[in-house]
Amino acid sequence: MTANLPLSTAPVALDAPAADPTRAYSRPLSIRHGRIDAAHGAGGKAAMQLIEELFLAAFDNEALRQGDDGAVLALPAFDPTQGRLVMATDGHVISPLFFPGGDIGSLAVHGTLNDVAMMGAQPLYLSASFILEEGLALADLQRIVYSMGAAARAAGVPIVTGDTKVVERGKGDGVFISTTGVGVLAPGVHISGRNARAGDAILLSGSIGDHGVAVLSQRAGLQFETTIESDSAALHTLVAAMLAAAPGGVHVLRDPTRGGLATTLNEIARQSGVGMVLQEAAIPVKPQVEAACELLGLDPLYVANEGKLVALVAPEVAERVLQAMRAHPLGRDAACIGQVIADPHHFVQMATRFGGRRVVDWLSGEPLPRIC
Amino acid sequence: MKYVDEFRDGQLARRIAAAIHDEVGERHYHFMEFCGGHTHAISRYGVQDLLPPNVHMVHGPGCPVCVLPIGRIDQAIRLALERGAIVCAYGDTLRVPASDGLSLAKAKARGGDIRMVYSAADALAVARAHPEREVVFFAIGFETTTPPTALVILEAQREGLPNFSVLCCHVLTPAAITHILQSPEVREFGTVPLDGFIGPAHVSIVIGTEPYEHFSEEYRKPVVIAGFEPLDVMQAILMLVRQVNEGRAQVENEFTRAVTREGNQRAQGIVSQVFELRAQFEWRGLGTVPYSALQIRERFAAFDAERRFGLTYRPVPDNKACECGAILRGVKRPTDCKIFGTVCTPEHPVGSCMVSSEGACAAHYTYGRFRDIPIVHAGAGVEENVS
Repeated sequence: MTANLPLSTAPVALDAPAADPTRAYSRPLSIRHGRIDAAHGAGGKAAMQLIEELFLAAFDNEALRQGDDGAVLALPAFDPTQGRLVMATDGHVISPLFFPGGDIGSLAVHGTLNDVAMMGAQPLYLSASFILEEGLALADLQRIVYSMGAAARAAGVPIVTGDTKVVERGKGDGVFISTTGVGVLAPGVHISGRNARAGDAILLSGSIGDHGVAVLSQRAGLQFETTIESDSAALHTLVAAMLAAAPGGVHVLRDPTRGGLATTLNEIARQSGVGMVLQEAAIPVKPQVEAACELLGLDPLYVANEGKLVALVAPEVAERVLQAMRAHPLGRDAACIGQVIADPHHFVQMATRFGGRRVVDWLSGEPLPRIC
Repeated sequence: MKYVDEFRDGQLARRIAAAIHDEVGERHYHFMEFCGGHTHAISRYGVQDLLPPNVHMVHGPGCPVCVLPIGRIDQAIRLALERGAIVCAYGDTLRVPASDGLSLAKAKARGGDIRMVYSAADALAVARAHPEREVVFFAIGFETTTPPTALVILEAQREGLPNFSVLCCHVLTPAAITHILQSPEVREFGTVPLDGFIGPAHVSIVIGTEPYEHFSEEYRKPVVIAGFEPLDVMQAILMLVRQVNEGRAQVENEFTRAVTREGNQRAQGIVSQVFELRAQFEWRGLGTVPYSALQIRERFAAFDAERRFGLTYRPVPDNKACECGAILRGVKRPTDCKIFGTVCTPEHPVGSCMVSSEGACAAHYTYGRFRDIPIVHAGAGVEENVS
């Protein structure tokens, strides 16, 4: 069962006859022992209480406090004659909900912010929609929602509107979170996966595979000890620094999430109609990630990241952009990992550390371990 | 990474490559790496690029997933969909195409309870956790994965687990290598142009080097047992070239850090306690090969899914356009197949060689297909630009 309930305080009106609505909530939510049940999705008092005591407390901002069906927002730094809006949306389903270095909440903020940032835009606002499974512990929900609030505050991008739904037990995986982000694009910024040109340098902001390995290390039936944490992070300030270093010189930006670096580069090669040559020795991989991948039969090139970006930049500004990346805390290990070439077949090739060459292909199907 | 990087060192590779270049004569050398693990190493590290142009590597049938016949996967799927069993399988078996457009992964989407496990022991744990359900371990692989399967059957018997059984599809390496050289199809294909074999790594840890001796003597083909790291493969190629040049046909062991002549006798003991030879077994791409697989002994019938569920085997022929049989025997190359890279791709594999990344065709498609096409080669400038 589902019930439509905007993350606003609208239903208060239903209870308005009570002289003092706050007295109706004399017993606060039992975060420690409570669980999501159907009532939380029914649009009544329980839903109201959940929103006020949990979501509003975590996300608190002026727009959300208004309690209306939608948020009315200012557009700072927006030139209505030349400026453009960027909008991106992302659904987040992850098991387990908590993993070293983050949780589904921080991920839902970073994932969407990064999608906006990869267009070269400055993200301004986020919306969040929650599908909660009956039975989800309120303590877990609180942890997730507070982590979301903290991530949004750290990024300086408020969550201004939202929605919750509850589905029957067994019909969800604890919680699914969809977030949408809106940002503004400065005049003259044109970033697109179609803009790669032969000769462009391929820059990577840091080590690959951290997020995927951190999540795998917690997955049921596979728990292993690792010091690796997810790299989940908001990349918009890194992007701003890169664009400032070389206005017009940054052609493509993309965050290699699902499918990993290999899949992202193949997407760009196809979109732009170019080929690429990578240098395996230049691609940063943490030894722990390499070890875990070795053990599990996975290739770090195909493992997900949540706080890394790939930039294809004009060769003459490559060094400048690289320096700007390395000067930013999220780009300290940035490296130039290869070059764009003209290739009608759009192959991504790699010179291996071993001295040979190979194709770095699309991921086909789900990444699965080899048995031998 | 300690203890692995040492076997992937580019400088050492160049040194061995130089030795191979010094050693080779005018003739062409065709070596088959039997194992998918070697195919994977050769493709992933670009070993071919370090070899002289007259040294050719032929990818063999040693990819346990590729050689699994459709009929066996059909059995596993039916156990999940029709008999309501929890089927536990190794990861890369999930995608192998079976009859009716199904695979284990697709059967899962249709409601089959199919679970990926990393080991046979994980399957046993699933059985313990769900005493009310039938749990079947879909046991595939060569001699490497056989001992763990034997162990869980012994353990299940010891615990008296009433809901656990094994669908045994374990196959044997020496039988397959021999079959490549002596099967009736070889006459049809003409001579198999193979000058030597890189013998299995992990399989040989279990069975030792001794089982290859008869083969190498009878068919006059050198065999070098090698580890799965790219330097192991390079060294093995050098050893094979030397054997060919000196007219020798012996079993040599490059993988001395793990393989002995006798192998792991304790593992062998457990395997023969639980399993016995199967009179015949169908291999995808190779057809029916006598005494090339194992079945569970009568004594452990309770844990044999075939007996427990009264399964009968229904063979499903491979696609007619498929050249897998010839490719697996080294008679044809993946690019000689009409459907390679067009109808048959890793996304939609038609033949066995395209099924897993270790298969001959999939490895070539995924890692090496740029070699088939004249391509703008990465210029010298690339290295200079990349710091």
